[in-house]
Amino acid sequence: MSVLAQAIPAPQTDYTTIIPELIVLGTGLLIVLMLAIRRFSNIGWYALIAALGFAAAGIVAYVDLWPEVTDGAATYAFSGMVAADGFSTFVVILSCVAGVLAVLLANSYLKREGLDKAEYFALLLFSAAGVQFMAMANNLVMVFLALEILSVCLYVLSAWNRDKFASQEAGMKYLLLGAYTSAIMLFGISFLYGGTGTLNIAALAQFFARNVLENQGLVFLGMALVVVGLAFKIAAVPFHMWAPDVYQGAPAPVVGYMAAAAKIAAFAALFRILFLGLSAMEVDWKPLLWGLAILSMIVGSLLALVQSDVKRMMAYSSISHAGFIAIGVAAASAEGMSGALFYLVTYTFMIAGAFAVIDCIGRKDEQYTKYEDYRGLFAREPLLAAILTFFLFALAGIPGTSGFVAKFVVFEGAAEGGQWALIGIGTVAAVIALFFYLRLIVLMYMQDSTERPDLAETRARVAAGPAVVLAVTVAATVLLGILPQGLLDMAGQAVFAL
Amino acid sequence: MELHDYLPILVLLVVALLFGTVSRGLSALLHPRDPTPEKLDPYECGIVPERDNPERFPVQFYLVAMIFIAFDIEVIFLYPWAVLVRRLGVFGLVEMAVFVAIVFVAYGYIRREGVFDWAPRKKLDRTLLLQRYRREAEAARVASGASETEAA
Repeated sequence: MSVLAQAIPAPQTDYTTIIPELIVLGTGLLIVLMLAIRRFSNIGWYALIAALGFAAAGIVAYVDLWPEVTDGAATYAFSGMVAADGFSTFVVILSCVAGVLAVLLANSYLKREGLDKAEYFALLLFSAAGVQFMAMANNLVMVFLALEILSVCLYVLSAWNRDKFASQEAGMKYLLLGAYTSAIMLFGISFLYGGTGTLNIAALAQFFARNVLENQGLVFLGMALVVVGLAFKIAAVPFHMWAPDVYQGAPAPVVGYMAAAAKIAAFAALFRILFLGLSAMEVDWKPLLWGLAILSMIVGSLLALVQSDVKRMMAYSSISHAGFIAIGVAAASAEGMSGALFYLVTYTFMIAGAFAVIDCIGRKDEQYTKYEDYRGLFAREPLLAAILTFFLFALAGIPGTSGFVAKFVVFEGAAEGGQWALIGIGTVAAVIALFFYLRLIVLMYMQDSTERPDLAETRARVAAGPAVVLAVTVAATVLLGILPQGLLDMAGQAVFAL
Repeated sequence: MELHDYLPILVLLVVALLFGTVSRGLSALLHPRDPTPEKLDPYECGIVPERDNPERFPVQFYLVAMIFIAFDIEVIFLYPWAVLVRRLGVFGLVEMAVFVAIVFVAYGYIRREGVFDWAPRKKLDRTLLLQRYRREAEAARVASGASETEAA
């Protein structure tokens, strides 16, 4: 009886470390609660709430947490389940920025397509919380849980245009393949647990510091399977098969968010697991990332050449960008890591802006996404064509844009690690990439829009939300291309002490 | 463990492969080729379908599954908490209250989504019904008028 009466000590709960996540989750719950009690007919109100939630979380993370975490070492909370350090806070801020952009993009899209259900914003908030917890996760089970929170929301969002066959197909494919690779990743986690006896990422590092494994097979298998699970989320070749179909079928505002959010989350988990937990196995995981990076860059760029749908081409372009970011992981250096973080920031802006344009040009039901529809776009929509040209140049990495600086810093990180082959192949891939971006750009400036009376008559409407997104993303892409130092310093502060 | 312990499995594998390929190959070589639609049908795979495409059917069970998961998970966590409620003290009580509140939000949402509105909707009020009948009558009139003009 005395045992039963004994109080169980309350676990260490440091809510201050997860304030941004609590705000984001709380806002999502608030929207669901509002839906349960009283519904606004105009979903703009929910968009406003969601945007405010993201903004509040981002500001709290930047003002309250950032100075704290960059000063000292990582703080572990909730019995070591989450870690708050510069890295996680950086990613949290980035995910909030991506969230605000996604809300602004979605509002007008949902109204135009008659899909105006406020659940969209709740799902956005929940998925962003998944990204944030993934960056903070210091336990493999927490990584998995956060990955699922993120993924399940993204599956639903990709199928949001549910009367459209392509959107259904996108959601279904993403769900089936995603669930399958989640199982593979879970399998890998179980092997890692079997080999080391711990799920805590910090404790994994301690395990490798204390023990020399006679036979690494089990741990290697676990590590490889976890990498497979995360490589699927970043759409790295050869785990990229889902990306073109999902990017093509899912609503453009969803893709503009998903492409960035899934990459941010999965790279964050890769960094924490590989750089912190399995740094002792660097010899083993470096070749894996090396192969993933090279394959993604080359295959992504080559297949993007032969596409005839802009959204599909952007999918292959995002695969090749995943390869460039993976260089930062394969470099296995602090420079590579900060380069990859910088790359993720620039990519978040570029992809949101590019898909804002694609959404506007696509018009109702996203019917105009083929290359044919972009022929002579400049004559019809000079401003949109110019903005899209700018983003395509930025994605290609033309100097003066943030895309150039991003590629440069990632290559710099690889050079620091002596990965010259990676840099060489990356340069070749960048040249191929420039070619397929140029192909679309040339098409846009061709002067034969007379063939398309349907396009010439209706002008693409740019609603207020996408207009703000375009302004912000163009400004960010220019600014980070000319004055990247501030963000580079931030990214430098965010890396782990290796 | 020696490798020859696995020899029976290898033998079985080979025999199974041989049986499959040989019987399939022989029947392909020997059978008379005289296909009829009935012969090409799947063999003994249930009733012959009479309709091409199944109609849309209500997916009420998906909402039921959602509510089941909500309460299932709630009970899974509530039960061990209830056993240890005294030992967990105030901390446990507060945490459980937060958890239950979140699940309750989910419950409120799916209730609003109509999880308990089963079967044909009877809640249509008279004015809505009247409007619908008028619309349908109007549509029928327009349609018949259109066919008349076409005929003329």
